[in-house]
Amino acid sequence: MSGRDVVLGRVRRALADVPRDESPDDVPVARDYATTHSPADAVETLAENLADYRALVHRADAAALPGLIARLLAERGSRSVVTPPGLPPEWLSGTPEDVRRVADAADATPHDLDAVDSVVTGCALAIAETGTIVLDGGPDQGRRRITLVPDHHICVVRVPDQVVDSVPRALPLLVPDRPLTWISGPSATSDIELDRVEGVHGPRTLEVVLVRA
Amino acid sequence: MVGTYLGMPAFPEAARDAVRDERLRSNLTHATHTIRDKRAKAVAELPDWGRLRAAGAAIKDRTLRHLDHYLERLEESVTAAGGQVHWAADAREANRIVTRLVRETGEEEVVKVKSMATQEIGLNAALTAAGIRANETDLAELIVQLGDDLPSHILVPAIHRNRGEIRDIFAERMADWGRPAPEGLTDSPRDLAEAARLHLRQKFLNAKVGVSGANFMVAETGTMVVVESEGNGRMCLTLPETLISVVGIEKVVPTWRDLEVFLQLLPRSSTAERMNPYTSMWTGTTEGDGPRTFHLVLLDNGRTDTLADTVGRQALRCIRCSACLNVCPVYERAGGHAYGSAYPGPIGAILTPQLRGVASELDASLPYASSLCGACYEVCPVAIDIPEALVHLRERVVEGGEVTVRGTRTTVRPARGHAAERAAMRASRWALDHPGVLRAGQRVAGRARRLAPRRLPGPGRAWTDTRDIPALPAESFRDWWRRTREKPTRESGNGTKGAGR
Ligand code: SF4
Repeated sequence: MSGRDVVLGRVRRALADVPRDESPDDVPVARDYATTHSPADAVETLAENLADYRALVHRADAAALPGLIARLLAERGSRSVVTPPGLPPEWLSGTPEDVRRVADAADATPHDLDAVDSVVTGCALAIAETGTIVLDGGPDQGRRRITLVPDHHICVVRVPDQVVDSVPRALPLLVPDRPLTWISGPSATSDIELDRVEGVHGPRTLEVVLVRA
Repeated sequence: MVGTYLGMPAFPEAARDAVRDERLRSNLTHATHTIRDKRAKAVAELPDWGRLRAAGAAIKDRTLRHLDHYLERLEESVTAAGGQVHWAADAREANRIVTRLVRETGEEEVVKVKSMATQEIGLNAALTAAGIRANETDLAELIVQLGDDLPSHILVPAIHRNRGEIRDIFAERMADWGRPAPEGLTDSPRDLAEAARLHLRQKFLNAKVGVSGANFMVAETGTMVVVESEGNGRMCLTLPETLISVVGIEKVVPTWRDLEVFLQLLPRSSTAERMNPYTSMWTGTTEGDGPRTFHLVLLDNGRTDTLADTVGRQALRCIRCSACLNVCPVYERAGGHAYGSAYPGPIGAILTPQLRGVASELDASLPYASSLCGACYEVCPVAIDIPEALVHLRERVVEGGEVTVRGTRTTVRPARGHAAERAAMRASRWALDHPGVLRAGQRVAGRARRLAPRRLPGPGRAWTDTRDIPALPAESFRDWWRRTREKPTRESGNGTKGAGR
C-alpha cells in the first residue's frame, strides 16, 4: 500500500464518529469577527504601525519622490541599486547616473545580489492595522530575492489607494498563486534573552515612502 | 545534531533537575513573564478577539472532521501548481523520503528553517547518518545546534541559554560549521546576531536545497504559509533550487479566506506582535522566481491516532503559538527539556502522549505535568481545552482502555502497579509539592467540577475507588478566600501570579 493510502485510510477510520452524510459546510464557522477595526485614518495608522516596528517612514508627493529616493540612497552611501523591470522610470530620475542600476535578471546569482547596496520597489498593497506591506512579484516589485539579499530596501506605497484597513480586507485583493511576501518592519530576533535586535537576515534597513498621488 | 529525546527520564526526574538549575529558572521566569505581558497587550488591541478565537477553533474543527477531504483537495491544488506531494505514515518514512529527495539533487548540504515537525521526526540525525549536513538557520536553532543541545521552547528554543553562554558557543563552535565568529565577539545581543548573520550568509548564498515546515497549507489554493521573524525563512524558501517542506497533516486549512483568522490570531499570541516581520506564501512553483522544484511531504506520525480520540482530537487544532507555555506555572519551573519531546509545555503534555502512545514512563507521566489551573486554555487562540484533555489522558493512563496506535485500535492496560504509574504519581506529587504550582492548582477542583470526571484521576483514584466523590462546593475554599478577602488580580483567567507569590 502506498503511504497515501495508509494515511488516508487511517484518517477515515479515525473519523468513524463523523456521520457519513455530514459535509464540511455542516460544521458551523461563525464569521462574526470584525472585517476592520476601522482605523480613523488608515494612512496615519499604517505610518504609526510601520514606525512602531522600526521601519523608517517618509512622505512625499509624486513630484518630490525622485528627489527623496535620491536622498535616501545618498544618505546610505549606496553605489548600486537593483530595479525591478516595471519600476516607473521617474522614481530613479533624480538619482545620479554613477549609482549603478542593476536589473532584476533571471541569471543573476544570489552572490551577485549580495554585492548590491539597495533595492527600490513598489508594492501590491499595505495593511494599516498591522503595519504591513505586501509584495506579490508584480512588475514594479520583481523576484522575491531582490528584496531579500540587498541590505537596504526602499518601498514605495501609493496612498491612499494601496492602503487597506486590515488583514480581512487585504486577502481578497491578493492572488494566491503569486509568490507573496508580507513585510512588517525589518527582520528581528528576540532569541537572545528576549532582547529585540532589529535586522538579522534580509534588509536590515526598511524605508517606506508614502506617496500621495 | 547530537542531542536526542530518546531515553529521557520521566517528567518528574527531569523537572527536579531543572528546578535545581537556578540560571535556567531565572531565564525562564524572565522570558515567560515578558512575553506573557506583551501578549496580553497585543490581544487587548482587538475587541473581537473572542470571536476570532471561536472562528479559529471552528475552522480547525471543520478541517479535522473532514481531514481526508481537505488533504485530497490540497494534494490536487499543490500538484496543479507544479508541486509534488509525498505521504509519510511515520517518522522513518518521512526521513527516508526527504533523504532520497536530497540525494536526487546530488547535494550534500541543506539549509533548514525552524520546523517542529522535522524536530519531532529527528530529520537532522537521519540526514547526518546519510552523509547530508543539515544547517539550522534560526538564530535560536543555530545556538542549539552549535551547542549540541535540544530546543526548550517552541518559539524561543534557546530560552535556557543566556548571552554569555551563547557568546562562548559561537566563539568555540562556529568554525566547525563554516565561517568562524569574529575576533573579540562580545556578549551583546546585537553583536551575537551580527555574528550569526555573517556565519549564515555564506550558507544561504550557496544553498541548493532548502528544508522547511509550514504554519498553514490552504487546501483550496495549494498555498503554503510560513510565518517568521528573522528572514532566514525567506532565504531558505527563496534562494535554493529545490525546496522540501515537511508538514503535519493537521496544518491544512480549507480556504484562502480562513487565513484572515489565523494571521490575526497567531502573531499576537506568539510573539505578541500585530504582525510578525515576514510571512512567505507560495503556491507550487513560479517560473523564474524561487525554487524550481517543490516537494511537500505530508506527515502523519501519530496524528491520525490522535484524531481517532474524540476528546484528544482537539490537540490537533494547535497552531504552535506557545502562549500556553508562557503562562504555565509548571513549565516555568520545570523548563522545556523535562517534557522530553519537540513539544514542551501544556501542549506537549497532551500532544506527545497521543502522538507516541502512553507506553513509556515519560509519556505516561506527561499528563500529570500540570496543576490543571486552566491558564493554558484561557490564552489558547484556538481554545484547546488542555485541562480537559489532560484529565482524559490521565484516565487512560490509570484505567487503560481503547486507543489507536499506528492506525490500529488496541486496548492499553492500566498503568497500575507498573513503573509508568509510579512515574505518573511522582509527576503529580511534584506539581503539588511546589508552592507556586499548588496555588494555581487550587483551581483544579473548580475546573474538574465542570469536567465532571467519574473518578479523580491519578493518585486520587485509589481513594475515590471506594468512595463517591464528595459533593464539592461550587467554589474552592481558597478561591472563596481570595474572592472575598483579597483584591481581585489584574488579569482574569490567570491567577498564578497574584498575591503570595
Ligand atoms: S495549545 Fe494553544 S496556546 Fe498552546 S501552542 Fe497550541 S495554539 Fe498555542
